[in-house]
Amino acid sequence: MASSRGFARPYWVALRFMIAATVVLGIAYPLAVFGVGQLVAPAQANGSLIEVDGETVGSALIGQSFTDAEGAALPEWFQSRPSAAGDGYDAAASSGSNHGPENPDLIAAIEQRKAAIAEADGVDPASIPMDALTASASGLDPHISPEYARLQVARVAGARGLDPSEVAALVERFVQPADLGYLGEPTVNVLQLNIALARLD
Amino acid sequence: MEIWLAVAQFATLALILAIVYRPLGDYLALTFTSGRHLRVERGLYRVVGVAPDSEQTWGAYLRGVLAFSFVGVVILYAIQRLQAVLPMSLGIPAIPEGLSFNNAISFVTNTNWQSYSPDVTMGYAVQMAGLAVQNFVSAAVGIAVAVALIRGLARRSTGTLGNFWVDLTRATVRILLPLSFLAAIALVIGGVVQNFAGFTDVTTLTGGTQSIPGGPVASQEAIKELGTNGGGFFNANSAHPFENPSGWTNLFQMVLMLAIPFSLPRTFGAMVGDKRQGYAVLAAMATIFVVSLAAVTTFELIGSGTAPEAAGGSFEGREQRFGISFSALFAGATTLTSTGAVDSMHDSYTALGGMIPMINMMLGEIAPGGVGSGLYGMLVLAVITVFIAGLLVGRTPEYLGKKIGPREIKLASLYILTTPTLVLVGTALSFAIPAIRADLESTSIWNPGLHGFSEVLYAFTSASNNNGSAFAGLTANTPWLNAALGVCMLLGRFLPMVFVLALAGSFAAQGRIPATAGTLPTHRPQFVGLLVGVTVIVVALTYFPVLALGPLAEGLA
Repeated sequence: MASSRGFARPYWVALRFMIAATVVLGIAYPLAVFGVGQLVAPAQANGSLIEVDGETVGSALIGQSFTDAEGAALPEWFQSRPSAAGDGYDAAASSGSNHGPENPDLIAAIEQRKAAIAEADGVDPASIPMDALTASASGLDPHISPEYARLQVARVAGARGLDPSEVAALVERFVQPADLGYLGEPTVNVLQLNIALARLD
Repeated sequence: MEIWLAVAQFATLALILAIVYRPLGDYLALTFTSGRHLRVERGLYRVVGVAPDSEQTWGAYLRGVLAFSFVGVVILYAIQRLQAVLPMSLGIPAIPEGLSFNNAISFVTNTNWQSYSPDVTMGYAVQMAGLAVQNFVSAAVGIAVAVALIRGLARRSTGTLGNFWVDLTRATVRILLPLSFLAAIALVIGGVVQNFAGFTDVTTLTGGTQSIPGGPVASQEAIKELGTNGGGFFNANSAHPFENPSGWTNLFQMVLMLAIPFSLPRTFGAMVGDKRQGYAVLAAMATIFVVSLAAVTTFELIGSGTAPEAAGGSFEGREQRFGISFSALFAGATTLTSTGAVDSMHDSYTALGGMIPMINMMLGEIAPGGVGSGLYGMLVLAVITVFIAGLLVGRTPEYLGKKIGPREIKLASLYILTTPTLVLVGTALSFAIPAIRADLESTSIWNPGLHGFSEVLYAFTSASNNNGSAFAGLTANTPWLNAALGVCMLLGRFLPMVFVLALAGSFAAQGRIPATAGTLPTHRPQFVGLLVGVTVIVVALTYFPVLALGPLAEGLA
């Protein structure tokens, strides 16, 4: 067979194959997924964006920081986890810290976060859950643990002059169990919780 | 409590894979034995100029593999260099030469090592028309080579192994494309984005601004896992909520990366006409799989080390929705295959927990391994095992009626030696050449002390075994690492393929020796045990010293 002989022949076949593959797999396939996605699940396909009073305030899947311009935690909002994405929750620069288990910077950061939370929330440092002390893998983790949310109730209620039991009840409404109860961990979506919190005022 | 959570998560994954094993394995076998061509395939053969019913010798088959991959590297390099003039590039300039070189090799070799942060380096055109295309076809090449080796074992006294272009086409058209399409739609429903909106600037609740990215993510995510590629659309890979939004998508992504590699033993059994042989290979893969996953999960749940103990658990670089054990499971699955996607940052794992992904790759990614490459890696080890068992008990070394002669054992040995040589020489040179070492220490290495050594060892292990995961603190976008890791990926992919296809050719040329009382049965638990033992011992002897310099020293300090 001529097709299996000649030095240049397979390169010529390969080139034409790659062009066909680029058209089908590189252009038609993602467009088809786009088309079907916009039909069956447009909200998700477009980023699970959340609107408040007609303004887009973020995505249900992308965490935000609730700090002032200098990066100091605002006591009237539930706080997200520490973030290593840019200056914190930079959605255009997802990243973890990549600090190893013996990295002195990480060890210092954990102790510093522990002290800050213990002071701000008036809790025993040993009671602070690990998600509050560690940066997430993406730097965009939209969730905190239910324990960390509950820990923040008294501070948030105090800062807003709300009844703590009302804020605590709100937190419980936003506790999301893991899929099927065991595929992962229970979560609280911080942005959604804070939007509901703002409506309590 | 945590341990039962881990067991339940693992059991669910194992159950789904067990259900998929027979239908998918049989479908794969049918795909590569059927005499019929689909109409769309006939059209493609006409366009590219292939006579689909012509058979190729192992040499012609190999020339097809190499020509196709070479052209793939050139095209992918060109697309990246032309990014500035391509549509939908989000205003991002052309990718520099060294990085384009590394990337092109990385995606063509099914490694998907990423020396860059895609969020700020790649527009949609390069991701879709460049990277995602190689996600498909590099996976198809791996499957094709595995199928060629199976044919070599199944056929008698023939000079040919099938037709590379037909195998490549069928793997893409009949398997990867339809499954990816369905998986991508499922992922969109789960929250993975698929749009061309660019960045959406929003004003956050506190009055700050946030640029929320878009992109054709779901279409790329599906084949990223299914083809055991692993290159993320975003820097954070499968930890990014837009790539992997929830617990069930995390499970689904693990199923996608494991389904084809774990079903290929069935395909093997079906094509050689003895399903028990497939079960034996599967059993060896599953044994290593279970032990490895148990190890990484245990180390991470114990959470040794100063930082994990201060925080109350090994949670740095973990997402809340996944937690520790589900992340550990993913870390195991991604390095036991050649995927290299991550849903947590391996660099932040405990010293011993982070060593397990390294060992998984050092094993040659054979439990179950990459699509195709896992099976052919395991079959090469089976050849070695038969040979060693023959020496030990004085039996004739033969596998499936094929004699393991000097030529066969030489090829298998060369296969086994390739990646350890690349890993150890690459790591050693990095530290032995003063100028390079100085550059590594000032620019590349992120974590101080022993962990910094582990970052470099991990990088060479990942590149040479075509995994693509990383201790990602390492800055790999430097002239030395782009070049050295590029060479490791290239040789780590194609030298083994040369040996595998040569082996397939020499098996195919043989007749079939009838089994006698002196033949070692290769479908019994005894053989499975030997195969696992040989695999582990070969790796342990090769890598123990270098592991002792990095993760072992850090973990036992």
